[in-house]
Amino acid sequence: MSALNDKAVDNGRIARRFAALKAEGRAGLVTFITAGDPDLETCRAVLHGLPAAGADLIELGLPFSDPMADGPAIQAASLRALHAGTTARKTLDLVRGFRATDADTPVILMGYYNPIHAYGVDRFLADAIEAGVDGLIVVDLPPEEDEELCIPALKAGVNFIRLATPTTDDKRLPTVLQNTSGFVYYVSIAGITGAASADNAAVGAAVERLKRHTDLPVAVGFGIKTPEQAADVARVADAAVVGSAIVTRLAGGLDAQGKARPGLAEDVLGFVRELAGGVRGARV
Amino acid sequence: MTRPNTYRSGPDERGHFGIYGGRFVAETLMPLILEVEKAYREARADPAFEGAIREQLKQYVGRPNPLYYAERLTEKLGGAKIYFKREELNHTGAHKINNCIGQILLARRMGKKRIIAETGAGQHGVATATVCALFDMPCVIYMGETDIARQQPNVFRMKLLGAEVVPVTSGARTLKDAMNEALRDWVTNVADTYYLIGTAAGPHPYPAMVRDFQSVIGDEVRVQMQELEGRLPDSLVACVGGGSNAIGLFHPFLDDPSVQMVAVEAAGHGIEKGPLAHAASITGGRPGVLHGNRTYLLQDEDGQILEGHSISAGLDYPGVGPEHSWLHDIGRVEYVSATDQETLDAFQLCARTEGIIPALESAHALAEIVKRAPKLPKDHLMVLCLSGRGDKDIFSVAQHLGVKL
Repeated sequence: MSALNDKAVDNGRIARRFAALKAEGRAGLVTFITAGDPDLETCRAVLHGLPAAGADLIELGLPFSDPMADGPAIQAASLRALHAGTTARKTLDLVRGFRATDADTPVILMGYYNPIHAYGVDRFLADAIEAGVDGLIVVDLPPEEDEELCIPALKAGVNFIRLATPTTDDKRLPTVLQNTSGFVYYVSIAGITGAASADNAAVGAAVERLKRHTDLPVAVGFGIKTPEQAADVARVADAAVVGSAIVTRLAGGLDAQGKARPGLAEDVLGFVRELAGGVRGARV
Repeated sequence: MTRPNTYRSGPDERGHFGIYGGRFVAETLMPLILEVEKAYREARADPAFEGAIREQLKQYVGRPNPLYYAERLTEKLGGAKIYFKREELNHTGAHKINNCIGQILLARRMGKKRIIAETGAGQHGVATATVCALFDMPCVIYMGETDIARQQPNVFRMKLLGAEVVPVTSGARTLKDAMNEALRDWVTNVADTYYLIGTAAGPHPYPAMVRDFQSVIGDEVRVQMQELEGRLPDSLVACVGGGSNAIGLFHPFLDDPSVQMVAVEAAGHGIEKGPLAHAASITGGRPGVLHGNRTYLLQDEDGQILEGHSISAGLDYPGVGPEHSWLHDIGRVEYVSATDQETLDAFQLCARTEGIIPALESAHALAEIVKRAPKLPKDHLMVLCLSGRGDKDIFSVAQHLGVKL
């Protein structure tokens, strides 16, 4: 693995957002929803409402049939999205539609490699840039596979946001951080999404450790379920990521047939507002 | 494509067989994958490790098993001289135990305290539960609910052996979903748990390691054929799901140009009926990335993994070991397929002709022999890997034949 010298300049949306958060003296809220969950129309309503509800950055899940790092909530969301006919192309369409209404909120696609592999890496990157995607988080691409997508993405000007975990020790951390851009996503527990929550002291110590190795902002996720937990993380990190809890709230708004009940989007956005309240009030 | 000097040097240090293989895993697992790789490299260099494996294979598994001349089947088909490599005579009734012995000795060497595994037909689950009982280690087996329903005897065997069998309810509830769930367990219990993968697939070093542990099959065939016929076999035939029995038979012979190799995938209802009707990843799929490696996969246009179909729960996996993908692309091994019906016919033929009830997995390879042997001369030495016994399958076979047990 070598350091990348010919990295293209990205659109700067992620850096600008974290700079603005720093100027405001607060941490950010990163919200995760799965593209096309429970259907494209409802997902669009939630997505478009996220910035006003207080999401500072948006992670949009690229659905995959075999999400092996995800817990039951996001597995189910992925399946709902696939059953509703969501594809990589339709996911990019969602981003494009969102970009038409919001020029500033960073959108990061999060998922697994195979749908991108099937789309074709170069074509996917070109289409993602055109749609207004700012970064990628691809769970099953560790630094050992950087040549697959990470380096092409950085060359094309798309941020590649890496996950650092409790098993990433000081010796390995430089390898993980080397080609990371945008921010670092610290996975606060060894486990799958939506599982147990880490304790505050451990998260604080982990963020400090990361900060010794990088100047990039550090977002912390996995296991954050309530506004209070989001506030705890917001006190020690640059951003708190909430995924499974939002997806679970969304699933609560489905009828017995799995269709969205009226008011689902408003309810999900109401929960995001509560989370944002927690994050924004954390350092007061 | 240029022909390599040897077909036996792979993978490279990053786990690649040509463009296949690799280490496509979440960061949480990556340090552990590197630890397994290092531990395995060190173990291979240690004669005591090799000695311990050899001892267990001899005393516990019952190796070497025979290379048996299937005289009646040979006469019936009227062509090639057919030998069965009798992996079904191993303790636990299949080749799976060869790999489990090797990996559990590695897990102990690494100081791991708990073993997890996935299983489809249940053969790997039984073999894993067996070695865990032998070495007194807690064992959790992930198995799809669909497979639990069709493989009840093996589920009970695993429980008798002291394993916990966890039903997997995600996806189509078969082998790939069991593997997803095992990976979820591993990522949660990284510190003390060893994932004992059952086939020559997954992230590096598993494909190479499982192949090495299974190569005892081909190594024995080489020696036994020399004793019986004074020469090398002319062709080798084995079934392929993930492909561990096939790579174990083939690998020692890859650099013997006179030895032809044929791998048989599960064609289910027929390849022509589309990707949901079969489980033939190489014959009917295309390259992609799943479960830690790049390999041929059954997938749709959008890269979503499809649920394959086969009468045999052990072949019902949408991927295949990466070394097979490479051997296919460079043309060293021929990949063909057998349908459910051809397999059922061969299953019954073997039972009646040789008095051996083969596993449905192995019966796929038998189906190819039925097609191929009659066209070959009588001095053509053909070896079939009889990878497992069929007792576990009698319920599904009865159902397909319309017999109520």
